[in-house]
Amino acid sequence: MELNIDIAKSKETWNGGGAKPFGASYGKMMMWFFIVSDALTFSGFLAAYGLTRFKFIDSWPIADEVFTHFPGLHGVHAPMYYVALMTFILIVSSVTMVLAVDAGHQMKQKSVAWYLFATIIFGIIFVGSQAWEWKNFISGSYGAVKTTDGKILQFVKDGHQIALSDFVVGERTDHRVQHSKYNGLWFEKEETIPNYSIVQIKEAYQSNSDIQIRSELIDPATKQKIILSREEGLAQLSKTRLVVEGANLEVNEYGNTIFADFFFFITGFHGFHVFSGIILNIIIFFNVVIGTYERRGHYEMVEKVGLYWHFVDLVWVFVFTFFYLV
Amino acid sequence: MAHAHESNKKRIWIVLIMLTIITTVEVVLGIIKPSYLYLTSFLGTSPLNWIFIILTLIKAYYITWAFMHMEGETKWLRRTVVWTAFFLVSCLLIVLLFEGEYLYSTLAPLVKW
Repeated sequence: MELNIDIAKSKETWNGGGAKPFGASYGKMMMWFFIVSDALTFSGFLAAYGLTRFKFIDSWPIADEVFTHFPGLHGVHAPMYYVALMTFILIVSSVTMVLAVDAGHQMKQKSVAWYLFATIIFGIIFVGSQAWEWKNFISGSYGAVKTTDGKILQFVKDGHQIALSDFVVGERTDHRVQHSKYNGLWFEKEETIPNYSIVQIKEAYQSNSDIQIRSELIDPATKQKIILSREEGLAQLSKTRLVVEGANLEVNEYGNTIFADFFFFITGFHGFHVFSGIILNIIIFFNVVIGTYERRGHYEMVEKVGLYWHFVDLVWVFVFTFFYLV
Repeated sequence: MAHAHESNKKRIWIVLIMLTIITTVEVVLGIIKPSYLYLTSFLGTSPLNWIFIILTLIKAYYITWAFMHMEGETKWLRRTVVWTAFFLVSCLLIVLLFEGEYLYSTLAPLVKW
């Protein structure tokens, strides 16, 4: 082995000694290794999303109809605006990071610290925005019903989707009480029960002749969900098994449950990367402030963490395209 | 380090402007969805989707080359990273997307999921 590998004589094995294959230091090379393998992990997720989408190509939820919220604009249909803003925030955070690296090359300790600080703030804003997206997705906006054959039925009026509360009047009428740990069966609580019972929704549908039911299926000619006639709608509605409000890993008022599963999994995994990036940025921020890299004589650590941060931005660019646009 | 200690600020701002413009174009197209791009089909999906994918790859190029400083690395480090990822991801995508299409068109009529 000694014949093949040039072992550095110094004790600096953590840095890989002085050996620099491809002109990159040990740490940078390992960061590239990590990035390539992590890129393959994310590709696996997105490719699986692609497979599932092709599998359910005739009924996949339409992203513009799912992500329509913008902070401060209640009830306004704002497809994509917020996620576009999030994308922009992450790109700006990448820019402040690259400015920190740039300032590091010129050994400007103060600028590096300020740019890193900005990067951390933008990162936190991004993760917060993602949490807000999750909150909206989980609590849902309209409510729907699920049939015995696993299809989601939504309600529309004049071609626009309406919420259950827009046409079902009154409180839940079957006197069903939420089971808690204290009044439920055998000290077990149940999942949150919907605001309305199935019977109530059926009655409301029958008494409002201007309400129609929208199926999961997409009309290939217009790429819109097919709206059923009143009679077909009633036939479908009679198969109702469950009232769905919001989305979780088991049901999803916007359509296929697996859409929600992928949403939670992919954006969650990405959000976790952003979170780790923020932690790394905070660590090196303090190292910059106390002058660790100034004494070391170079700011390569900022560059390495910067590589990771840009990679997270890069992944988001793809998630944005394949989840929200395509 | 291969690169000198000069400042690259101008390049950074140009890249930011490019990325912002591309994202804006994507969002505007995604909201308007012109029917001649959205409802027609080209190579398995709509031309609009192809535009999104191409714009995304352009963004990925800018982020990797300018921000991750790929343009300053040696040629073979660049090729090791980019070619490896590109080859493996292409294989995976081709296999999985064809499989998804098969599940829809061939298997779905016979199976209840």
